[in-house]
Amino acid sequence: MTLFGRRIPMSASLLLWAALWEIVGRAHLTILIPPLTEVFARLAEIVPTEGFAESLALTARAYLLGSTIAIGVGVPLGALMGRVPLLDRLLLPWVNVFVSAPLSALVPVIMALFGFGETTIVLTVVLFAIWIIMLDSRAGTLHVSPSLDEMAKSYGATPLQAFLKIHLWAALPEILAGVRLGLIRAVKGVIIGQLLVSVVGFGHLFEIYSSNFLMQHMWALLLVLFALAFAIDAVFAWLERRFDYFAAARQ
Amino acid sequence: MTAAILPLAPAPAPEPMVSVRGITKTYPGGVEALSGIDLDFPRGELTALLGPSGCGKTTLLKIIAGLLPATKGEVLVDGRKVSGPGPERAFVFQDFALLPWATVLRNVAFGLELRGVARSEREAIAERHVAEVGLKGFEKRYPHELSGGMRQRVGLARALAVNAEVLLMDEPFSAVDEQTRRKFQEDLLSLVANQRKTFLFVTHSIEEAVYVASRVVLLSRRPSRVSQVIAPDIARDMAPDRIRRHPAYLDAVESIWQGLKQYVD
Ligand SMILES: Nc1ncnc2c1ncn2[C@@H]1O[C@H](COP(=O)(O)OP(=O)(O)O)[C@@H](O)[C@H]1O
Ligand SMILES: [Mg+2]
Repeated sequence: MTLFGRRIPMSASLLLWAALWEIVGRAHLTILIPPLTEVFARLAEIVPTEGFAESLALTARAYLLGSTIAIGVGVPLGALMGRVPLLDRLLLPWVNVFVSAPLSALVPVIMALFGFGETTIVLTVVLFAIWIIMLDSRAGTLHVSPSLDEMAKSYGATPLQAFLKIHLWAALPEILAGVRLGLIRAVKGVIIGQLLVSVVGFGHLFEIYSSNFLMQHMWALLLVLFALAFAIDAVFAWLERRFDYFAAARQ
Repeated sequence: MTAAILPLAPAPAPEPMVSVRGITKTYPGGVEALSGIDLDFPRGELTALLGPSGCGKTTLLKIIAGLLPATKGEVLVDGRKVSGPGPERAFVFQDFALLPWATVLRNVAFGLELRGVARSEREAIAERHVAEVGLKGFEKRYPHELSGGMRQRVGLARALAVNAEVLLMDEPFSAVDEQTRRKFQEDLLSLVANQRKTFLFVTHSIEEAVYVASRVVLLSRRPSRVSQVIAPDIARDMAPDRIRRHPAYLDAVESIWQGLKQYVD
């Protein structure tokens, strides 16, 4: 963005919005929007508390567990779909349905099957994250350059060797893109899980804050969540750029 | 001294390294690429396959490599019928086919890696071949950091590292700029002289074929047959610029052009 011939950094617009927020908050237009400075004050207040640390630990655990499963299952399965047409025909319709389905509606089903414990929350995270990871991994291995494939064959690679040493690597940029989107969806999954299933972790905090109209607390917590999601996204954006040169592995 | 024009289906050497017998290839869509190809490739020599673009040169080379099934006919390597890739043949690809995420050293060692050769051993072998193709010092570089010519040297080193007796090269220098290509051709000549391997070299350049090959096989337009086999009678130990001005070289180029002219619209 340029203004009067000068480049304005992206953070400038962020400052503008922050200022607007502050003004709206100070004007007491609505109880829903407290001034930003007060939100930050509240943030500094609640982050060091034990309740917050506990909630964060609980949330992070379910998030990491669910994400690990989603990646551990989604990447190999999706990558195989790109290489094995039979598997692709079996799974692709389902993946396509789930990737855009309103998944929150399915959480009660998981709840009915697995109860109100951590298992259900972890599975909710998996449910939110896995489909896009599968779809992107599939897209990655689907377009591996045929000449790399022939190279592997001509040097005597077994199908397993070709998959592990070539297809998975050639698909890395798409896999990373999928994992990045999946991890963002997983944030959604863990919060929805904690809100719908058993009110623990951040879900519990949200519940307390909203039922007591503690808007400063609420916004402070949201800021923490946004910051976490943004950090995950930024790390993966950086990783993706690092693997740009993989483009040579595509047609 | 003129280029000798040999009759169809010749058998110069007593025991060819690679024999192609009645190879026909019809692609699933109905495209008939090859129609009854009979060829012998003598041991320790470089034979060039030359023909109009789209005539089936790549198809023939891939059938010999075992990457593509023939519709009819058979391929014999060292007297044995083959029906798939094998360790006695190595392929050099037109687009290099390097792993972009692997260093030069790992790329060169990749054939050995697939065969389960221990890391230290295969890297020692790869290092030798990296040096042999003139890339010493580039072992830790990645393909995207190299020029096209250097990339193809990596592809060549990979093929040499598995110590195959037959090297199949599909237009290896076509993606390389002209100056680099000339240097490459000269290096290839000394490679053929030193390695005692059998080279099958696909090209669409008449000059390149005559310069590097002791035999040039002319394929006709699709469906392809062998239309001529020409053995340029050139002493390979001359200086490169002398070869390129030698009457035998110029005669061979001219007679191949006469043979190919009919296929040009
Ligand atoms: N996979 C394929 N399916 C159908 N036709 C093909 C396929 N590959 C090549 N062809 C056709 O076969 C002919 C020979 O191709 P190719 O061997 O690549 O020729 P060259 O290498 O001599 O240029 C061409 O007409 C090409 O269009
Ligand atoms: Mg070709």
